[in-house]
This record gives sequence, structure tokens and C-alpha cells, in this order.
Amino acid sequence: MSSLPATMPITETPWTLPSRGRVGMFSLIAGETAIFTIFIVAYIYYIGKSLSGPMPRQVLEVPIFNTICLLSSSLTIHFALRALQGGRIAAFKLFWFVTLSLGAIFLIGTGREWYRLITKEGLTITTNLFGTTYYSLVGLHAFHVSAGLVGLLTVMIFALAARVNQEHAERLDVFSLYWHFVDAVWVAVFIVVYIVGR
Amino acid sequence: MEESQGIPVSKSRVLVSVNDWSAFRTLAVSFGLTASSFAQSAAQESNSTNIFAPSSTPADSIFRLSLLVLAATGAIFAVVFSMLLYAAVKFRGRSGDNREPPQVYGSDQLELAWTVIPVLIVMVLFIASARVIHAVQDARRPPGTIEVTAVGHQFWWEFRYQQYGFVTANELHVPVSDPGRSSPTFITLLSADTDHSFWVPRLAGKTDLIPNHPNSLWIDPQEPGIYLGQCAQYCGTQHAKMLLRVYVESRADFDRWVRKQQAIQANAAMSPEALEGRRVFESTACINCHTIEGTVADGRFGPNLRHLMSRDTIASGAAPNTSENLRAWIQNPNAIKPGSLMPAMNLTNKQLNEVTEYMLTLR
Amino acid sequence: MGMTAMSSNSIPISETVSQVAERKPLSEILHEWVITVDHKRLGLMYIGLALLFLALGGLEAAIMRIQLAVPHAHFVSPQVFNRMFTMHGTTMIFFVAMTILFGFGIYLVPLMIGTRDMAFPRLNAWGFWMSAFGGLLLYFSFIGGEGLSGAGTAPDVGWWAYAPLTSPAFSKGHSTDYWTISLLIAGFGTLATAINFVATILSMRCSGMTLGKMPLLCWMYLVTGGLLLFTITPLTAAQLMLMIDRYLGGHFFDTQAGGSAVMWMHFFWIFGHPEVYVLILPSFAFVSEIVPVFSRKPIFGYPIMVAATVAIGFISMSVWAHHMFTVGMASYSNAFFVLTSMAIAVPTGIKIFNWLGTMWGGQIRYATPMLFCLGFLFQFLIAGLTGVMLGAAPFNWQLSGSYFVIAHFHYVIVGGILFAVFGAFYYWFPKMTGRMLNETLGKWHFGFFFIGFHLTFDFMHGAGILGMPRRIYTYEPNRGWETWNMIVTVGVLFQAVAVLCFAFNLFWSYFRGHATGNDPWDAWTLEWSTSSPPPAYNFAVIPEVKSRRPLWDLKHPEDPDWRYE
Repeated sequence: MSSLPATMPITETPWTLPSRGRVGMFSLIAGETAIFTIFIVAYIYYIGKSLSGPMPRQVLEVPIFNTICLLSSSLTIHFALRALQGGRIAAFKLFWFVTLSLGAIFLIGTGREWYRLITKEGLTITTNLFGTTYYSLVGLHAFHVSAGLVGLLTVMIFALAARVNQEHAERLDVFSLYWHFVDAVWVAVFIVVYIVGR
Repeated sequence: MEESQGIPVSKSRVLVSVNDWSAFRTLAVSFGLTASSFAQSAAQESNSTNIFAPSSTPADSIFRLSLLVLAATGAIFAVVFSMLLYAAVKFRGRSGDNREPPQVYGSDQLELAWTVIPVLIVMVLFIASARVIHAVQDARRPPGTIEVTAVGHQFWWEFRYQQYGFVTANELHVPVSDPGRSSPTFITLLSADTDHSFWVPRLAGKTDLIPNHPNSLWIDPQEPGIYLGQCAQYCGTQHAKMLLRVYVESRADFDRWVRKQQAIQANAAMSPEALEGRRVFESTACINCHTIEGTVADGRFGPNLRHLMSRDTIASGAAPNTSENLRAWIQNPNAIKPGSLMPAMNLTNKQLNEVTEYMLTLR
Repeated sequence: MGMTAMSSNSIPISETVSQVAERKPLSEILHEWVITVDHKRLGLMYIGLALLFLALGGLEAAIMRIQLAVPHAHFVSPQVFNRMFTMHGTTMIFFVAMTILFGFGIYLVPLMIGTRDMAFPRLNAWGFWMSAFGGLLLYFSFIGGEGLSGAGTAPDVGWWAYAPLTSPAFSKGHSTDYWTISLLIAGFGTLATAINFVATILSMRCSGMTLGKMPLLCWMYLVTGGLLLFTITPLTAAQLMLMIDRYLGGHFFDTQAGGSAVMWMHFFWIFGHPEVYVLILPSFAFVSEIVPVFSRKPIFGYPIMVAATVAIGFISMSVWAHHMFTVGMASYSNAFFVLTSMAIAVPTGIKIFNWLGTMWGGQIRYATPMLFCLGFLFQFLIAGLTGVMLGAAPFNWQLSGSYFVIAHFHYVIVGGILFAVFGAFYYWFPKMTGRMLNETLGKWHFGFFFIGFHLTFDFMHGAGILGMPRRIYTYEPNRGWETWNMIVTVGVLFQAVAVLCFAFNLFWSYFRGHATGNDPWDAWTLEWSTSSPPPAYNFAVIPEVKSRRPLWDLKHPEDPDWRYE
């Protein structure tokens, strides 16, 4: 087997490449963006095309509180990671817990909205095009929030067991990219469903 | 192309004559021998569905465009293939010669050349295509246009002549269109179930029938005859036998056909067997799917049967329209067209004979 | 990362002990393969999976061709025929082409960029098993599909599964669901593999290997991976919508409720067209590695080849509706897609010219890999040109939905991709196994396949020009289609013989092929610097490179590439 380094001049500049975790996460986000785009396109195309049934304006209430919670959680996860990078584990745990809670509040809020829509307004996924596209899009997003919550909870458990420290900051930063993505998607969904579509 | 009342009309109006088109055909030959033999044989065969034997303006516009495209791609093929062949032969390594040839990394001029030239070819082909797209899709309807609505079903064609107030199935009749006095037929395309596609190659390119998405196409056939086609978008089990027959007739013949289709069946002329057959028909589930004006049958799921015997085929072209085939079809449609949505009606032999007799009176 | 399933402990084993340890029980060997995360093994597993499905897909094709050899044949019923073309297309695209191309990429990319494994080895394994399970699930439909008629049925809605044919009203039972779910599962595996390719190529290259110095194969897989991220996901989304329609009573594609059948088409082809570029780019990769080595020259115009590849990646996402020219879009929409579809021919053509330029002035050696690449060049040229014909929308109104289109895309997939894959087999089999494939058998393989391919797919254009639509289980005898169909069917025999030659060659050469060292072809990229087959850790020392052809530099120290690049 020929050994290359013995005869090759060594490059002078340090050889740095982007971290594979970060590239991997951005790639995943790219793919997920495409999935959400298709659902959003379907939603937009079907605005006003339902043949019958409750219309968005009649039944949708703008979820201001939920949105504030979810978007704030992006801020708190950022603070959590800053704390972890600085070695302040207690602050990290606090902010991480707040992030987790805000995410959970968002999910519960979505659940409550759905309960109201189904039982009081009679809007289900089978009712009309609005129902189909609404539950699909918001549901897909809620599914991704749930997946993120599972991740947040897992880290929370490890943190409470004092197993998370500064050296994990980079990896958790990569995870936080996913959480920011979920929040960004909510911005798009919010605009399309509760502003444009009503 | 000249325009006659908004419809682009080809100058040389006799499209099938070999003499007028021999020049164009030679061009096609330079690309491939097959194109020429196709066009030749099409002139003789009336059963032909050859896309290179157009008999109507849309198909003709496509044919002319195709010649340009074939010429361009043929030229590209000739050039590149000969270079490939040359390189493959000329630069064969001699066995035993292990010297490496000059290591050439590229050439900016060449790259520029073989980028610019293809871009120019692309522009030409794009513009040529865009013009035909516009001419065909955005054509206006002149006065004298025949309007038909085609509704695609699994696995048959419904044709509604709303101008004349009747409905028929599977066999489309249109008048021949004089280039001087154009009388095209515009067909609105709807679907009752899944996607279909209306394709009669010698008359026009295909256009799909999609539920909840009305389309349209037009034809102005310039030679009388029967033009064949079939469904060209997979629609289920019997997609293969959803055949099309377009009867292009002189104006007089067409008007005569229309009057026949408009006539309501008279009761008096039926034999006792046929009368009994009608009774069986009207008291069986047949009436849920079929319509025969003048009876209680007004189902829409299956073809309108009022003038069944004016058609050459049954089951959308799957079998010739003879009494034996009719009887066999009614007895068990799956024997002729397995997967057809018409169920076997489980009639007795006597009932079958009677119903067939009745069908034969539906002229 | 060097320790994989191959050595179960890290204590150095003495010679005699390792010889005894060679004779492991079969269960242990199988277990090692099942739990492996080694990219080389996973690559081979992908390839093995693909060959299995190639046999199944080929069988389905043969059945169809026998049925269509004469008009009004009764070899199979229309129901069976419709399942055959659905399964043939689905199998060949998702479980043959994608898996075999992934297999080669997963095997080669880490070796070519001088690293020990992919960025995410466990994700790599997960992706493989998802693909395998997806394929298994698809074929389970033959027993478990439960169509209306009773016992199991495979899907019969065509590999595009157009709405509303796939709605519960028109597709009863579960056959369509097998299509949807198996591809959904395989799709997740595909997404994982795409992420892995991108991360590996961006983050794991050895020192000195800038993006401008990595082999073209790696560029092709990088663009493929990036394209896949945006390509497989629209299909996933559409399939989720279809599941919602079929299981939760949704109305995404329910035309009775105001839904749009055309929207399914858009979503499907937004996946479907870039998908074919996902398939062709790795094929370009193989040709771009093989042609230079056998022409004894570097690839002509490396930077332009990279630029053309990236351009193809981007433009491919804008051409999809050329599959929908007959659907009734507005004239300006149709015109737009004509423009983009023609435009993509430009970078594609540039590549053909560059391969030609590589051969020009070379010293071409016609070993089997080069023969297959020559076939590729000839056939891909024709395929591209028939593609241009199809891109002219009015011409498309006649040609689409007919056997002309089938001829065109088989020209690309069989005449292009499969030929390139065969070339790749002959070229890299020595690296993977340490033995050469038999040259004589290889030439018989090439000869038979070339003849069979052209018999089948050249004459298939004829049937299309004569108006024969696709997806029909039989046809009328008065249309003049009989002779063409018969010739097409005869070609299948030759192809089958060729594939048998190939299969025999694979087995025979694995055990009795001429043993070889690191670099049997006198090539220039990093995979040829390590042993054949490579050790589990790929390289004893991670290499450093200075040019695009590190081994050329080693072999020609007086005239290294880095002086000219």
C-alpha cells in the first residue's frame, strides 16, 4: 500500500471543515422545509375553495398567547446554550426547563384549540378542504414540536442527573437549530393560516 | 400559416397527398428511415394512428414543428455521433505502448463554443414551440363551430352535443372542415371519475380529461374518413379498451346523422319479442345506468343507448356491434372486457334474446 | 471509527489465532453483516439488495413483454398486467436504481475523500434497513394487498399513482397503501442517506482536498444528496396527504369535494423529475471516473463539469411540468416549462462534449468498463435528443403517454444508467473483492446486452410514433403495431442472456477471478491507494492530497497535476 504522506508536502494552512453535525442538521432542515412547503402550498391553493362547511373566519381564533410562548422558547433555548457554553450549569438547566415548558404550553394550547374546533365548531379533517388542510398543516407542525419536546425532555433528564456539562454545548447547539427551525415554521404557518387564510 | 377566422390553416390543404409533402418527408428521412416509412404507410392505411400523418390543423402544426425538432436533433446527433465514433477509433491505444498521452485539462474556447451553440438551438426550438402552443391552445372559435362535450368514464366516452340536444357514446361524428370555410369541432373535456386522455393522433395531440378540471381541444379534419384513437391516460383495469372512433363526414352526412340522433324512438315498429325485451329492460337494473329517451331509463353511469344500432362497435370499441356480440356482452361483459364496470345481469336465455332483440330496434 | 464489526475486540490477534478465527459459524457472520455500520459492507448490501430487485423487476418486464408480443394475447389478465407495470416501475426506480447508486456511492465516497467512514455510520445502516424493509413491504403486497376481488393484490395504479385513481372510491382494499407506505419508509431511508452524503462530502475530506480537488464522483454525489433533500421530501409530503385522504377521510385529492387531481400531479412531478437527475448524476459520476482512466487523460474541463452538474441540479427543479403538458395548463405555463426543459439540455450536452474531449487525443483501452461507458455515451446522446423532442410541448402532445416516452426513458435508465452501472461493476469489483471480473464474459455480457437493448428500445420508438399508448395490456391488431412489439419482445431475450452472463461472472469471479492488488487499472484516485479489498479502517494513515489526481502525482513526480491545476 503506497503511503501518501511520506512523499506529499504537507499543506500549510490549517485544514478546517464544517462540523458534520451542523451540516447534517442543516440538511435535515432543508428536507423538512420542502415537506412543509408542499403542505403550505396545498393550504394556500385551497383557500376559499371549500364547497361547504365552516370557513376560517368563522371559527379560527388567532393564537397570540401560544405563538408568544413558542417564539419565546427560541430565546430561552439560546440563553440556555449561552449559559452552558459559559459553564453556568444551573442557569442552563433553568432556561432549558423554561424552553421545555413553553413548548409544552404551545402543544397544550394547540390541543385545546382543536378540541374547541371539533366539539363546538364541528370542524374535523373530513369536514371540507379547509378542515383537511388546516389539521394536516398544523398537525404536521405539532408533530415536529412533539419530536422536539422529546429531545428537550431527554436532555432535561440527563441534565437533572448532572450528566450534561460544557463539553456538550456544541452538540446541543446543533439540536437547538432544530428547535429554531420548528419555531420558524410556526411563523410561516401562523401567517398563512391565521392572517392570509382568514 | 394563413388564418381563416382565427384558426391557423395550413396553406397546402391536402395533407395526405404524397406529392405535396415529399419535400418535407425527405427531411424526416435524413434523421431516420423509420419516419419516412411511417409517413408512407399512413397514406394508405385508414386504420392508422400515425402521428406523422396529420389530417387536421392541430396535428399538422405539431407535425411541422416535429420536422424542425427532428432536423435540429438529427443534425446534433450526426455531428456528435461522428465525433464520438472518430474518437473511439482514432484514439485507440496501441497495445504495448504504455506512454501516457499529452495530459490536456480543458479548453475555455471549446467550452464557450459548445455552450453558446446549444443555447442558440434551444432558443430557436423554444420560440418555435411557443408559437405552436399559442396557435393551438389559444385558438378562437369561428362561427359555425361544432361544440361537443366529452365526458370520460371508466371505460367509455360520453359525447354530448348540446347544440343539437342529444347525447351519444364512444363514436364521435364531426363534419369535415373546409379550409376556406372552417367548421372546426371544439370538444370540452370533462371526467366523471378518474383521469383519461383523448387521443386521436391524426387529428390532434392528446388532452387529458380530469375531474374538476375542464379542458378543451379542437379539431378541423380536412379529409372524410374514420379516425381511430384511444384513451391515453391510465384510468383503471380496462384503460386498454377505451377506444375512440371519430367519423369525419361531409356536411350533408353529418346533418343527416344529427337528425337521426335527435329522433325519439317510435314505439309502433317493434316485434313482440322486442317489446318483451323492452319490458325486461325497463324492469331490471339496466335503467339505473343507461338512458333511452322515450323509456323510463335515465341512468347516467353507462352509455346512452337510444341509437345504439347507429354505432359500429360496442363497449367503446371492444367488439363490433353485431347481435351475437350484443347478446354476449349483455350476458357477461367481463368475457369481452374483463374489469368493465357493467355487471352481468344474470338474465335467462329467453330474456337475453328478448333484450337483444330490443336493442336491435334502437336505430 | 476504525473498529467495525469485522474485528470484535481491539486486542491484536496473532496470525495463527486469526486463521482459526476465520472459520466463524455462519450465524456469527450473518450477525456481523446485520449489525454492521461499515460503509463498505453497507454499500455491498445496498448493491446486493438492488440486484435482487433487478431480477424481480426484470421478471415483471418479461411478463409484460410476453403479453404484448402479439395483439389480444391472454398470457395474463388485465388486472395482473396493470400490477406488473406498476410494480416494475416502482421496483426499478426505488429499489434498483436508487439502491444500487447509493450502494456504489456509500462504498466509494469515503475512500475517495480519504476518510474512514461516512459522517453518520449508524444513520447509514438505518437508511439501508429502511430501504430494505420498504422493498419487502412493497412485495408483501402480492400476498397481503386485499383488493376487492379477494386474495392479495399488488398495487395497480401506476408508479405515479395519479389521483383520483388512488382515492378509496377507485382503489379499494390496501394495494395502493402498500405503494404509499413502502415508499414512505424507503423515502425516510433515502433522506437519511442524502443527509449522510452531504455531511460526509462537506465535513470529512482529507487534508488538502478542497472542493475543487475532490474527484468528480464526489461532486456528483454531493449535488445528488443536496437535490434529494428537496426532491424526496415533496413525495413524502404528497404521500402523507394521500394517506390522510385514504385513512382519515381527508380531501386533498378528492375531486368530489373540490380537491384537485392536478395538484397531486404537480407534487408528484416536483419529486419525479429531479428524481431522474438523482439517478443520472451518479451515473455521470461513474463515467467521469472511468473514461479518463481508460483514455489515459484527466477529465476534460473539470471546473465546467462541476458547474454543469450544479446547474443541472438547480434547473432540474424547474422543469417538472413537462410531464404535464397534456393536462391543460395555460399556454404561457406550458411555454415556461418548454424553456426550462430545453435549457437543461445545455449543461447536459456540455458534459457529453467534455467526455468526448477526454477521449480525444487519448490512448483508449477497451476493457469492459470502457465498453460500457462508450455504450453510455452513444445511448445517452440519443436519450437526451429524444428528451429534447419531448420538451417541445406540441410534439409532446403526441408523444407523451405513448411508447415513445417509454422508449425515451428506458434509453436513459437502461441505455444510460444501467450501462454506467455495469461499467462501475467491472471497474470497482476488483477493489471490492480483490479479484478481476472475467474480461471475456464481460465482453459477451456487453455484446448481448447491447444487441438486446437496441432491439427492444430502438423499435419501441416506432410503436409510439404509430400511436400506441402506454399502460395497455393489449392492443388492436389493425393499428400496425404487431411487428414492432414482437421485435421489442425478442430483445428481452438477449438482455436476459446478457444479465445471466453477468450474474455468472459475478459469482465465478468472486471465487476464481484473477487476483489483483491495489491498482489494477493504473488509476489516479485515492481508493486505488489502499488494498483490494480495503481494510476496515480504509487507510493506515489518513492521506493528504495536493491535486485532483493524487496517485498520478505519485506515479509522475516529475510532472505532477498540481503544477497545472
